[in-house]
Amino acid sequence: MSNNIIDQCVAQGVPFARDYAGYLDNRSFGGAQVSRTFYARGQTGQQLLLGAYSALSRQVKAGTVKLFERREMLDLVVVDGVARGITCRNMVTGEIESHWGDAVILATGGYVNVFYLSTNAMGCSVTAAWKAARKGAYMANPCYTQIHPTCIPQHGDQQSKLTLMSESLRNDGRCWVPKKAEDCEKPAGDISEDDRDYFLERKYPSFGNLAPRDIASRAAKEQCDDERGVGPGKRGVYLDFADSINRLSEDTIRERYGNLFEMYEKITDENAYKQPMRIYPAPHYSMGGLWVDYNCMSNVPGLFVLGEANFSVHGANRLGASALMQGLADGYFVIPYTIAGYLAGVKPGEVKDDHEAFKQSADDVKADIDKLLSINGTKTPSEFHRELGKIMWEKVGMARSDESLKEALKLIPALRDEFWKNVKVVGTNEQFNQELENAGRLADFFEFAEILTKDALNREESCGGHFRTEHQTDDGEAMRNDEDFCYVAAWEFKGAGVEPELHKEPLKFDNVKLAVRSYK
Amino acid sequence: MKLKLHIWRQNGPNDKGKLETIDAPNVSPDQSFLEMLDDVNQALAIEGKDVVAFDHDCREGICGMCSQVINGVPHGGQERTTVCQLHMRKFKDGDEIFIEPWKARAFPVIKDLVVDRDGLEKIMQAGGYTSCHTGGVADGNALPIGKPIADYSMDAAECIGCGACVASCPNSSAMLFTGAKVAQLAVLPQGKIEAQRRVMAMTEAAKENGFGNCSNHYECQASCPKGVDVKFIAKLNREYMKALVT
Ligand SMILES: Cc1cc2nc3c(=O)[nH]c(=O)nc-3n(C[C@H](O)[C@H](O)[C@H](O)COP(=O)(O)OP(=O)(O)OC[C@H]3O[C@@H](n4cnc5c(N)ncnc54)[C@H](O)[C@@H]3O)c2cc1C
Ligand code: SF4
Ligand code: FES
Repeated sequence: MSNNIIDQCVAQGVPFARDYAGYLDNRSFGGAQVSRTFYARGQTGQQLLLGAYSALSRQVKAGTVKLFERREMLDLVVVDGVARGITCRNMVTGEIESHWGDAVILATGGYVNVFYLSTNAMGCSVTAAWKAARKGAYMANPCYTQIHPTCIPQHGDQQSKLTLMSESLRNDGRCWVPKKAEDCEKPAGDISEDDRDYFLERKYPSFGNLAPRDIASRAAKEQCDDERGVGPGKRGVYLDFADSINRLSEDTIRERYGNLFEMYEKITDENAYKQPMRIYPAPHYSMGGLWVDYNCMSNVPGLFVLGEANFSVHGANRLGASALMQGLADGYFVIPYTIAGYLAGVKPGEVKDDHEAFKQSADDVKADIDKLLSINGTKTPSEFHRELGKIMWEKVGMARSDESLKEALKLIPALRDEFWKNVKVVGTNEQFNQELENAGRLADFFEFAEILTKDALNREESCGGHFRTEHQTDDGEAMRNDEDFCYVAAWEFKGAGVEPELHKEPLKFDNVKLAVRSYK
Repeated sequence: MKLKLHIWRQNGPNDKGKLETIDAPNVSPDQSFLEMLDDVNQALAIEGKDVVAFDHDCREGICGMCSQVINGVPHGGQERTTVCQLHMRKFKDGDEIFIEPWKARAFPVIKDLVVDRDGLEKIMQAGGYTSCHTGGVADGNALPIGKPIADYSMDAAECIGCGACVASCPNSSAMLFTGAKVAQLAVLPQGKIEAQRRVMAMTEAAKENGFGNCSNHYECQASCPKGVDVKFIAKLNREYMKALVT
C-alpha cells in the first residue's frame, strides 16, 4: 500500500528527492534499521499535504467538492442511531449552520493539544471527535499518545507550542548528556569525549540513535530525571552532528537538514553546525481516537473516521513516517471503496436538514455558546488550558503511575467545574471570536482528558506510548501484559462526571505470535 | 523588555479601521512574536476588552496562516522567516512596533489582522495540479527525474501560500505564488503535459481575483519567508509565452 501512495503522490507532482540516476531516493527513519523512507527535503509531510491539497483544488474546480471555509463542526446529528449530518459554526459570522449528508466523514486530526504544549498546530482539538463521542461513537485507546523525542525544549512559561525537529535528524545526530551532573552547565565543547554519555547507543547498541520514539523519549526523560539534562531548566539532551560533519562535510549536512538547522537557530539563537542541538520530548501524535472497523466506519452507522482522528493501524505506538501513510491510505484507497458499500444500502436524502434533529442540535450548540459567553468569570480560556495541560503532562504524560493517575482524576473534574463557573470569554458569538473558539475546544478537552486518564488507569501494563511505572522490567523497559490487556479499550461516554462504559475488543493474532521486540 | 505596539483594529471588511496603541510591558526576548501577542490578548481579555484577532496555526513556518505586516514589511523583514518564527530578541527595549494585516484589494480584512486569502485558492483551483485520478497511477520510478530537475521543482514547492508576496507588491501581484506553482509542475514529466492549459488558467484566475501584474520591484522575493526566487516569475512568463505561441 505504501508504494501505491508514493506513486499517487508522484503523479500529483510531489517533488520527492531523486538520486542522480533519476530514481526516488530514500533514507532511514526512527524505528527502522534500513533506508526505506522516501522524502522531500526536510518537509515530506508538508509536501504530501500540499499534494493532497492540489488534488482537492482540482475537485473543487470540477464541482465535485464544495468547500466551506472557516467553519467549525460543533455537533454530529444522529437520527435513529444513524449519522445524518453535522452542525457547524461559521467562524466569521457566528451563524450556526446545519449540513445534511447520506454519510458523515470526520478527518479532524489528533488530540494531543490536551497537553497544552505539543507539536501540533494551535487549531488542533478533540472537538469534532468528542462531539461524535457524545453522540455515541466509542473513543478507543485514548491513553496511547506519542511523545516525540526530537523537539526543541521549552524556553519558559510564555511558550505557546513546541517545535518538532524532523526525526530524520537522528540519522546523523548522536544523542548525549554529560556523565556528571556538575558538567551540565558547561558549554558542550568543554566536555571531553570520555565525560559524555551517548545514552541511546549505550542502552540500545543495535538501534542506537534510531531507537523508536517512545524508547528514545523515555531515555531522554530518564537522563534529565537523573539531573543530567542540559539547557534552561535542565530539561534537554544534546543531539550532536559533529561526527557527521567531520565524516560527510558540513555541506552534506546542510543539504540534508539545512532548513531544520535554520529553524532551530531562529528559535534558540544557536548555530547547530557549531554546537550540538538541544532536544526534549513533546506530545506529538495520538494513536488513540474514535473506534472504527476495517471499513473506517465507527460504531455509529454512517459515521466514518479517517486519519489521526481514528484509532486504527498504529496500536500503542506509531513508527516514523507512517501517519501520513495511514491518512493517505484511508483517504485514497480505503474510503472510496467502503463508503460506496455503505451508500449502496441507504436511500439518498432520506433525512435532510429540515428534520427535527437538526433543529435540536443547532439549539444545543447555541445553548452551549450562550453559556460560555454568560459566565464572565476571571480566568481566560488560555489560562485554563495551561493548567489542564500541566496536570496532563505531569500526571498523565511520559510516565504514569496508579498514584499520579488517581490524582489527575481528582484534579481534572475540579478544574472543569471551576472552568464552568469562572471562565471569561470576551466578545460575542456574532463576530470572528477566537476566545470563544478556544473556550469551546477547551470544554471538550476537559471531558476528554478524564476519559484519557481513566483509560491509562485501566491499562495495567506498559506498551508503546503508554508507560506505567509499576509495569517495567528491572532495567526500565516497558512490560506488557498480554494475558489481561490484549484488547482495544473502546469507551462509551455516558455524560460528564458519569462512569464511562468500557467495551473490550479482543486483539486476535492468527499469523503472528506476540513477542517482545528488543531494540537492544 | 517594554514595547509600544500600534496595532491595526478593524471590525470586518466594511469598517474603516484604525491603529490602536497598546503597551506590551513585559516581553521576553525568547518569546516568539505571536507569543508576545498572546500576552497582549491575555491582558486585554482580563480587562474585558476585545482581543486582537490574528490568523495562525502551525506556529512553525509551514502552514502559511500567519499574516502580519510588521513595521511596513510582511512577516517582519527577517530573512526567510514567517511571523510565527520571528522572535522578540530581534527587537529592543522601548521599540515601537507597527502591526498591520496584509493590505491588498484581493485580500479583504475579516477582522483586525485576519484577511481572506480565498483569491489564492481560486488560482490553485484554476490549475495548480496534475489531472491524475486517485488510484491506478504509474510506478513513481517509471518516470525517472534528474536530480537537478527534482531539486528545482522542490525549490518552487517550498511556497506555503501565505500571500506575503502579494502584500509586499505595489501592484498586489500574485506572480511569485503563481510562478512557484506553475514552475514546480511544468518541469516535472507528470506536470509537463498540461503546462500550457495550467499557466493560462492560473494567470486568468489571478486577474479575475484582483491580483495585479509584475513590474519588477522584487519586493515579493524579499518578503517571501521561504526564499522563493523571482526566477520563477521569469519561468511563469516563459511558460505563458510558450502557451501563447502554441
Ligand atoms: C510538526 C509535525 C510534523 C509531522 N511530520 C510527519 C511526517 O514527517 N510523517 C508522517 O507520517 N507524519 C507526520 N506528522 C503526523 C501527521 O502530520 C499527522 O498525523 C497528520 O497530518 C494527520 O492528518 P489528518 O488529516 O488526520 O489530520 P489533520 O492534518 O490534523 O487535519 C485535521 C483537519 O480538520 C480540521 N478540524 C479539526 N476539528 C475540526 C472541527 N471541529 N470542525 C472543522 N474542522 C476541524 C483541522 O482544522 C484540520 O484542517 C507530523 C505531525 C506534526 C504535528
Ligand atoms: S511565494 Fe513566498 S510569499 Fe508568496 S505565497 Fe509563497 S511562500 Fe508566501
Ligand atoms: S502559523 Fe503557520 S506559518 Fe506561521
